[in-house]
Amino acid sequence: MTENTPQTRTYRVLIGKPGLDGHDRGAKVIARALRDAGFEVIYSGLHQTPEMLVQTALQEDVDCIGLSILSGAHNTLMPEVVRLLAEEQADDIFVFGGGIIPQEDIIELQQAGVRAIFTPGTPTTDVVAYLQTECAKRYA
Amino acid sequence: MNNQPPKDSLAARILAGDVRAAGRLMRWVDDNLPEAEQELAALYPHTGNAYFIGITGNPGAGKSTLVDVLITRLRAQNLRVGCIAIDPTSPFSGGAILGDRVRMQQHALDRGVFIRSVATRGNLGGIARSTPAMVQILDAMGFDIVIIETIGVGQGEVDIVRLADTNVVVAVPGLGDDIQAEKAGLMEIANIFAVNKGDLPGANRVVRELRTMLNLHDRAPDKTAWRPPILKLTASQDEGVDKLLAAIFEHRAWLEEHGEHLGRERARAEQFVRLIVAEKLNARIETAVKSPEWQDTIQTLLDRTSTPHDIAATLLNDILGQ
Repeated sequence: MTENTPQTRTYRVLIGKPGLDGHDRGAKVIARALRDAGFEVIYSGLHQTPEMLVQTALQEDVDCIGLSILSGAHNTLMPEVVRLLAEEQADDIFVFGGGIIPQEDIIELQQAGVRAIFTPGTPTTDVVAYLQTECAKRYA
Repeated sequence: MNNQPPKDSLAARILAGDVRAAGRLMRWVDDNLPEAEQELAALYPHTGNAYFIGITGNPGAGKSTLVDVLITRLRAQNLRVGCIAIDPTSPFSGGAILGDRVRMQQHALDRGVFIRSVATRGNLGGIARSTPAMVQILDAMGFDIVIIETIGVGQGEVDIVRLADTNVVVAVPGLGDDIQAEKAGLMEIANIFAVNKGDLPGANRVVRELRTMLNLHDRAPDKTAWRPPILKLTASQDEGVDKLLAAIFEHRAWLEEHGEHLGRERARAEQFVRLIVAEKLNARIETAVKSPEWQDTIQTLLDRTSTPHDIAATLLNDILGQ
């Protein structure tokens, strides 16, 4: 709000756990890696619906939503978040996902608008680098 | 000041209740964008209606859980509730994990509730630099009650006192003996003490110690003075929170009855200005010390040919002359 203050944007990410599985280790590892890379990470906690995550994203004004799903319901839940964001005219908020997701599903999810999928074994540095690039594009 | 904000501006959308616009302006404020200033200016005439409740206390005292239950209770009275939940920024990376909301997600779909997670971004004092502006946004948006949950604090982070109408200090058993309660700071700002985790051993002792402390410090023989009630509760079981809410409303009534609410509002308004001035001055200082001449100036200090007070006087003249 001041003259001469350098303007740097701090990226904000919502890490969400939609659906019924309680395996939150992956979500927490990513949250931690993003924090250590200077992101502000809003963690939703377990058992969220796509509607809850989208309303949270609007209130928190995040740049992107990361969905961690290990229940097998990714084909339903991930596209639903993308759809609800569009419905709220918030499809500039991009969605990425992580979990045990078969290769053939990944292609479908990407066609449905999920920007990227990270499967087990992906180094956290890859995820961080990807998000830094994608978030930077929003403010270019 | 009857100028309406331009149509489609963030301010106009916020006044119409647009959640995304409010989220966005909060971001602008946090990221220090100059554009935020005129939006906040357009909102200011619409502020002054919300009641501000501060919730503060040690890390792990159960503040978020308590806020969650408070929101439920306030919603049952049909009051619209905004909440600013503050967590610390990592001093090493500048990042933060904001997890207060985890306890409050049952309200995510309630249009009468707006929760914003905020990182301190290096600000000391228990709240973020952006917090005063954010509560104004929620106020202008028409929220009846705004709850400010500070970071977990210890003894000195008491900026909340200038922001909130009613300050609730959450204490828990097991954090130290009665000497801790005697220390200045956090304990002095409480309008209400909530002894949370009341089902744990030691809760009654905390209540007793707080009571003793208040009696010793009863610096107001004046019978009309507000005496902070000490309430034992177990927020996770929703036990005793109704009494806390009643105490908050009693405190509000007391403030109004004694004209103190005007004093609080005045102090808060003044604080808004002080913060803006301090921030602008700081920015000027930061710019001034980046100039090439500044290094020479510091060298005169090291050579003992000038004094810190001399240099400070010169710097003040420079930045105020801008």
